[in-house]
Amino acid sequence: MDNTIVATHDTHAEEHHHSLPQLRHHFETEQQQREAGTFGMWLFLLTEIMFFGGLFFAYLLYRNWYNPAFVAASNQLSIPMGTVNTAILISSGFFMALGVWAAEVRKQGLLVLFLLLTTLFGCLFLGVKYFEYKEKWEKHHIPGANFDISEFVNPPLNPTTHKPIEEPLSPDMAKKTQVFFSLYFVMTGMHALHMIIGIVLLGWLTWRANRGEFTEGYVAPIENFGLYWHFVDIVWIFLFPLLYLINRHPGT
Amino acid sequence: MSSQYHDPANVNNPEHAEHHIVGPGTYIAIYVTLLVFTGITVGAAFIDLGVLNPIIAVGIACIKATIVILFFMHVIYQSKLIKMTVGAGFFTFLILLTMTLTDYISRAWGRW
Repeated sequence: MDNTIVATHDTHAEEHHHSLPQLRHHFETEQQQREAGTFGMWLFLLTEIMFFGGLFFAYLLYRNWYNPAFVAASNQLSIPMGTVNTAILISSGFFMALGVWAAEVRKQGLLVLFLLLTTLFGCLFLGVKYFEYKEKWEKHHIPGANFDISEFVNPPLNPTTHKPIEEPLSPDMAKKTQVFFSLYFVMTGMHALHMIIGIVLLGWLTWRANRGEFTEGYVAPIENFGLYWHFVDIVWIFLFPLLYLINRHPGT
Repeated sequence: MSSQYHDPANVNNPEHAEHHIVGPGTYIAIYVTLLVFTGITVGAAFIDLGVLNPIIAVGIACIKATIVILFFMHVIYQSKLIKMTVGAGFFTFLILLTMTLTDYISRAWGRW
């Protein structure tokens, strides 16, 4: 990848170093190309922060306006499922990080293995999410014409104390639980969509890694995909406490 | 053009960051830390701390996100350019959040 600009100057670095076939001619060094790629990836991720940021702001505002509805609706979510899913997603990110390491030290078998594990844990996360969504569907807790507020107006009784397990809401406030569930489905749904896109990309990267494309010194696609995958992790790190752990001391 | 201005290998550049390969040991330590913080945030949610509950939950989430950004996303090993980009992005987001909130709070004054 010689070009006239590099050739007219001190090419000290190139003397010891055979440059990668992936080095584009408009970059002077591999390191410059790599940093430009990382920079571009971060700019993309910043637009993603603004995108999810708008949803987080909507959540913040409505949570303050309709706090009792948010508390009651949040207690419908399963903490064990949310916690397990958080651990699953952190594991997926951990294997992605190990994948970047495997690519850097040029271990092709390990790289493919770690990418497959990343994919597996990503799919497990979506599997748990499916069962959570299914429960909401069965209980008519999906906002819209068939939304059922009865459980929030007349909460079921605790069998031992014979008191409602939840603070009963007025019908007006109970309707606002739809705001919570709307945000819940939009935020976790957009997060899940990012994961589905990520899993598709992972399949493509695994196929290329299996051909040895990323273990000859060119690791940028693995590294930049890793940034995306960790970003999706970070979104969940905030979603989990905000949606699942609002207020766990109902008036029993 | 002297070599002072043309630096193809990017070695004289003060922003030059030596490429750093993070090993599995660091990743395992980060992984365990993240799982421990997940446990703490779930535990803290069951203790009644009043207004402190959401503050602690968001605080722990911020700590976890910072750890992920610095180590899993390698920002701590990157050049100043990347660090500034990431910092500026989050800072801009906080500005947008704060200024939008001041608007909503002041419009519904007294009706909170």
